[in-house]
Amino acid sequence: MSKSPTMATMEETASLARHRPARIVSFFVAASLLLALLVVLGVGIGATQVPLSNVARVLLAHLLPFVGGDLSDIASGQQAIIWQLRAPRVVVAALVGAGLAIAGTQMQGLFRNPLASPDIIGVSAGGALGAVIAMASGLAMRQMLALPLLSFAGSLAALFTVYAIATRRGRTPVATLLLVGVALSALLAAISSFLISVTWVRWEVAQEILFWLMGGLDNRRWTHCLMLAPCVAIGLGVALAYWRELDLLLAGEETALALGVEIEMTKRILLVNAALLTGAAVAVSGVIGFVGLIAPHLARLLTRPLHRVLLPAAALTGAVFLLAADFLARIVIRPEEIRLGIITAGCGAPFFLFLLRRQQRASGWQ
Amino acid sequence: MKLELRNAGLEIDGRRIVCGVSLELRGGSLLALIGPNGSGKSTLLRLLGGLWQPSEGAALLDGQSLKYLPRRAIARGIAYTPQDTHLDFAFTVREIVMMGRHPHLGRFQPEGERDRAAAGEAMRRADVLHLAERFVTELSGGERQRVLIARSLATEAPIILLDEPTANLDIAHALDLLALCRALAREGKAIAIALHDLNLAARFADEIVLLDRGGVAAYGKTAAVLSPEIIGEVFGVQVKRASVESGEDVFLFHR
Repeated sequence: MSKSPTMATMEETASLARHRPARIVSFFVAASLLLALLVVLGVGIGATQVPLSNVARVLLAHLLPFVGGDLSDIASGQQAIIWQLRAPRVVVAALVGAGLAIAGTQMQGLFRNPLASPDIIGVSAGGALGAVIAMASGLAMRQMLALPLLSFAGSLAALFTVYAIATRRGRTPVATLLLVGVALSALLAAISSFLISVTWVRWEVAQEILFWLMGGLDNRRWTHCLMLAPCVAIGLGVALAYWRELDLLLAGEETALALGVEIEMTKRILLVNAALLTGAAVAVSGVIGFVGLIAPHLARLLTRPLHRVLLPAAALTGAVFLLAADFLARIVIRPEEIRLGIITAGCGAPFFLFLLRRQQRASGWQ
Repeated sequence: MKLELRNAGLEIDGRRIVCGVSLELRGGSLLALIGPNGSGKSTLLRLLGGLWQPSEGAALLDGQSLKYLPRRAIARGIAYTPQDTHLDFAFTVREIVMMGRHPHLGRFQPEGERDRAAAGEAMRRADVLHLAERFVTELSGGERQRVLIARSLATEAPIILLDEPTANLDIAHALDLLALCRALAREGKAIAIALHDLNLAARFADEIVLLDRGGVAAYGKTAAVLSPEIIGEVFGVQVKRASVESGEDVFLFHR
């Protein structure tokens, strides 16, 4: 139990902490470059061959209209493929990844639980059920906003249910949270399956419903981005406005309370915010697993646990992760696609088991 | 500032945890809460800190009920540190201490010169300034406790409540920590500490509350409360008082 490290290691750790700002900056630079690269690659692949240089030029011309340059040598058909068909999918992937990562970061802080994330505790399943109800009832056909609204409502109801059942006196034991999440996910999935069997006669509807349950980015258009982008922006903004509270909650609920955090109010706002992000993500892409779990952990490992750094870092990590997963999903068995959820689960499930194993060994996380 | 419990009681799920406790905390004094396991030391500190509300009576800060004060106002007056302090994250000592400035900062207000000065002074006073850039996860138990004291000091609250701060410390660190607490009391802070070790309480406390099954068995100046008869009665042991060369009294316990 001796606790006097040698001078060398003390200096080393001290300098490690002091040099963190440089490390954080390099993380953001590297992740942004990776994001840009994956966007270009993601738009570049598909049934029709498109030169990557053309992809970059078309994207730049739309993103920076004033410096965009001349596109007259690129066929308009190719421009349409790049900008109208493929770009939205990539942007949706980045936004969904970012949104789920922010939601996961918040939940992990709020529940002080390393395994909390939208899909694992059943919040995504709630959102999917909302979407399924909108589809099966035909509401989604008549009213464009019905699907995202019901998806949000479903996420919110699921999150508050989990919170109410799994939290006792401000504590949410890991095992309880997981068990409640498993039970709730199973129940919600059963209801969704029931609705599918009821609508089975209308084949197209049933197929649409299946899309939400399996998750995917097929046929996403700019309208989806327009719906998702403000939700992700608001979600990140609200979470960042509460960065001090989130930090304090990590130090323990009693400590947070004693240092002046209005706990109940803070929790409600953050729960609604997490549900908004999850609901919006599910409304455009269905249930995509493990992003919300992995991204916050990777970001915490690569940067800092401070939420004012962690939240944007996790958002960026989530975007990069989902873009990379989508890229893999489309090239592994070209020209066929594997479902995106298979890739995220393939990376995510082992990671989840690793976290669970570590959780058993030590009470602390990170 | 004055913090008091007036005839406070607490019932949880029909079980009486605390009943009829009245006590007062004032600047310049170190009060130790002692008593057997389950006698209500931690509960009493939570009532004093406004974390829990008494079901009867009241907890008053300068005459105002904690029940109706906003959390931030309470946090500027009372710095409560729970026994169970998870610090499992790679925050630096400076970041942890800066958390103490939360009750002074608006939602979108960045930490200013005033806050950095307060945090720096708090770290200096608690002797953790040299650890400022270290991660709390790599500190020893004694260092961690001093960091938590520094966070309490950073709030600039005149009242400091500590729940069993010496529970996981070896005797050298326990002595250092309590000496620091006493020095802070001499500088004008009002300090209340839940303690397990009666000899430490005897040595450092100005006043003592001896708790027995949720009620006050004795309350007053340390010398008056710590008699072998009262202790023996409450703890259910035989107590002998012995004087050592330095003139201090120590208690010896037998079953």
